[in-house]
Amino acid sequence: MPKITININGRETSTEVENRTLLSTALRENLHLTGTHIGCDTSQCGACVVHVNGKAVKSCSVFAAELDGATVDTIEGQANADGSLNVIQQAFQDHHGLQCGFCTPGMVMSAAELLKVNPKPSEAEIRDYLEGNICRCTGYQGIVNAIMAASGQDVPSIAAE
Amino acid sequence: MPDGGIGSPTKRREDTRFLTGRGKYTDDFTPQNTSYCAFARSQMANGKINSVDMSAAAEMPGVLATFTGEDFVNVGGNPAGWAIVSRDGEPMKEPKRPVLAHGKVRHVGDAYAAVVAETLEQALDAVEAIEADIEELDAVIDMASAVANSGSLVHDEIETNTCFDWGWIEDNRAATDEAIKNAPHVTTLELVNNRLVPNALEPRASIGEYDPGTGDYKLTTTSQNPHLSRLLIAAFVLGIPENKLTVLAPDVGGGFGSKIYHYSEEALVLAAAKKLGRPVKWTATRTESFLTDAHGRDHVTKIELATEKDGTFIAFRTETMANVGAYLSNFATVTPTFLHGTLMAGNYTVPNVYVNVKAVFTNTVPVDAYRGAGRPEATYSLERVIDKCARELGMDPVEIRRKNFIKKDQYPFASAAGLEYDSGDYDALMDGLEKTADLAGFEARRAESAKNGKLRGLGINAYIEACGIAPSNLVGILGARVGLYDAATVRVNPTGNISVMVGAHSHGQGHETAFPQIVADMLGVDAESIDIVHGDTSKIPFGMGTYGSRSLAVCGSAVFRATEKIIVKATAIAAHMLEDKPENIEFNDGVFTVKGTNRNVGFGDVALKAYIPHDYPIEDLEPGLEETAFYDPVNFTYPSGAYASEVEVDPETGKVTVCSMVALDDFGVVVNPMIVTGQVQGGLAQGIGQALLENSIYDENGQLLSGSFMDYAMPRADDLPNLVVDHSHATRCTHNPIGSKGCGEAGAIGSPPTIVNAVVDALVRGGHDVDHIDMPVSPSRVWAAMNK
Repeated sequence: MPKITININGRETSTEVENRTLLSTALRENLHLTGTHIGCDTSQCGACVVHVNGKAVKSCSVFAAELDGATVDTIEGQANADGSLNVIQQAFQDHHGLQCGFCTPGMVMSAAELLKVNPKPSEAEIRDYLEGNICRCTGYQGIVNAIMAASGQDVPSIAAE
Repeated sequence: MPDGGIGSPTKRREDTRFLTGRGKYTDDFTPQNTSYCAFARSQMANGKINSVDMSAAAEMPGVLATFTGEDFVNVGGNPAGWAIVSRDGEPMKEPKRPVLAHGKVRHVGDAYAAVVAETLEQALDAVEAIEADIEELDAVIDMASAVANSGSLVHDEIETNTCFDWGWIEDNRAATDEAIKNAPHVTTLELVNNRLVPNALEPRASIGEYDPGTGDYKLTTTSQNPHLSRLLIAAFVLGIPENKLTVLAPDVGGGFGSKIYHYSEEALVLAAAKKLGRPVKWTATRTESFLTDAHGRDHVTKIELATEKDGTFIAFRTETMANVGAYLSNFATVTPTFLHGTLMAGNYTVPNVYVNVKAVFTNTVPVDAYRGAGRPEATYSLERVIDKCARELGMDPVEIRRKNFIKKDQYPFASAAGLEYDSGDYDALMDGLEKTADLAGFEARRAESAKNGKLRGLGINAYIEACGIAPSNLVGILGARVGLYDAATVRVNPTGNISVMVGAHSHGQGHETAFPQIVADMLGVDAESIDIVHGDTSKIPFGMGTYGSRSLAVCGSAVFRATEKIIVKATAIAAHMLEDKPENIEFNDGVFTVKGTNRNVGFGDVALKAYIPHDYPIEDLEPGLEETAFYDPVNFTYPSGAYASEVEVDPETGKVTVCSMVALDDFGVVVNPMIVTGQVQGGLAQGIGQALLENSIYDENGQLLSGSFMDYAMPRADDLPNLVVDHSHATRCTHNPIGSKGCGEAGAIGSPPTIVNAVVDALVRGGHDVDHIDMPVSPSRVWAAMNK
């Protein structure tokens, strides 16, 4: 089996994978990073979005064996150094951008990519960008509001301080 | 804003683990030495199993065990939870639902064999090596043909495809028929309530474990109600002693009804774990989810509304065929009957209601309760026919509803469909809707749309639903085979912090945040010092789980009652500490005080005294501070609402764009308004999905054409407008201690007719002769309606 070494959330890690092993499976089964979720088998739902070499990727659409030497960032590495929620994560909590939590890691990783390429997206741009991430719980309202808030834009408050 | 108690929009504490990847869902658990299970599933809708040869599969690398239907002929079937009696007095037909198909396969996806192997890949490879001889039979798909028994049978032994033919209320039938015959105006509408797939984003998964040392079983599973699964597996299916089986439902990634039920895979992994002495894990692919998770809705209905010339309602009469699929899922029989027929008076003073429902077996995935469960079907039928009637009579859709609303001074109100509504104020909701949705400004917005070449329409809807299905005494008479109470244990620890064990299960509803708000409010302690324990049958009292918008109204009330008991006992302890009588002690904001004095003791000191009972009246008062309450409501709760939506239709393509969605709901007392807003928004998205996008389609051979996220259109962020939610027009539930009604399903109930009413309105205003379009109101259907 091919052995790959990747930089995962800032740490060099090596593991052996079969040629057919998807990155999503390698993260969950080999590296025990179960924060990346698998919600479908057609690369539609977006629950498994991670960053590969700084770009958002559906990890079910990449073979792990192709990633020797790559840098991979997952939801487990997103919090601030002191363990507190980062700006996007905090905005999701503040604006009720999650319910069951299953799509949430992919949503947060997609939101991070969006705000990197478009630091002040409009509501329509956010809705358009999230086309590849399905949430069945929230109706997306809280997610859209959270991303607006994380980018410093005014949105109505929904939660207690 | 209140500080952390009832009414506070407290941020959710569970979010922290979900946002950092530390949630623990079933598939995230891999016990040591786990083996993996894969299923062989039927590729045909109806077939006779001649043989299933597992010998080649058993020889495949890594294979540990194989199973077929033969292995389970001596265990029980997965039972129906509610017995329905037909109009002729005959009990419903209940064919056995086996762990693995035996003799016949009855839907595409029906499992007839299973393999357990060292790795998942090996199990999947071995399934490919199974040699099954299955002879294809004609599929039973169309409900009308199935009812006519004109072709094949789904279950040969019951000699019919009709599960039951139910009437509600039979005593009202003749009067309703007579009223319709003599009415000055009758509006008739035939409609389809489209079949949906719940599609919780987490696929189902189950891990079975068995400890040969103790004989204990453990099932970790994606369940909305672990105690129900334990009861069904223990008492009906596998015959495991209930006290030897723990069912754990950890973090669960959405349910929407589909995870209420016991599924065969749960029984299989337990049986396999016992056989192998190793953990056995199964996780559904999304394809398996489409082919095995209980689907929702799927009614074909004819509804008639009889009125006076002035729009006063005289009678509703409904005939419905309800698809139950290939087997009876646990609550498949109550959903189209008591959760549908009893709501067919809506928000109205109509004197005559009669409902007939024929439940039909077909060679499709079992159909059961999905978000709303019967009530969306009722509301859709009522509110569509009312809109059609208003148009026929030349009345405004708001006016015709207001004319027939139950008025706020008429409660409690006995509806013509057999329920007693305890509270509501539908006119206040409609008043609020007119303002919040700016109905007066519609014409100007329509003119603006017209300038852009778009047809704009306004849809109005009112709904009532029944939540927290109860009481057990009544539902028992009506055929329920379970009780419908819930339970909570409040355990005050010696250091004063509190663990609350609840029978409800949280899979997105935020119980871990909201339930502590109730206890904090009552005890005057910091909500942060209170934790909720749920989902583990070894830790919680026997509860009935989460479905039917019941968690707060039923389990929350159990939490309330248990906390009341805590206050009674703590008061007795405080009285001892303060050397006075309990009746002289008052309790406010966490402090026990002798009335009229400044002598007092704090809740924390009382808790410590309860567990270190030195100098304690041990003969009069037990040590400890822990109380359990089982709460069985005296009635349903009756949330209600008024919704409005504006849509734009592109006359060139038929594409519908939802411009606005405004939902005003009466949920009674709201514990956490942030969570309630989120629940409604999520329900609205699913309702808009049903109205515009989602459809579960079978071809005539029983192949599910919409079996993936590429084919089944789930609402995406850019399909939805801003969702405006207002739950300020509240009337208190009169019969539970919190005063809450339930909010989880409302959005999915109120929104589908609102959207379809708006689309029809747009087309009619655009000069088209259209009175109905079936959901999903897709561009092709709208275009066809405009160009017929």
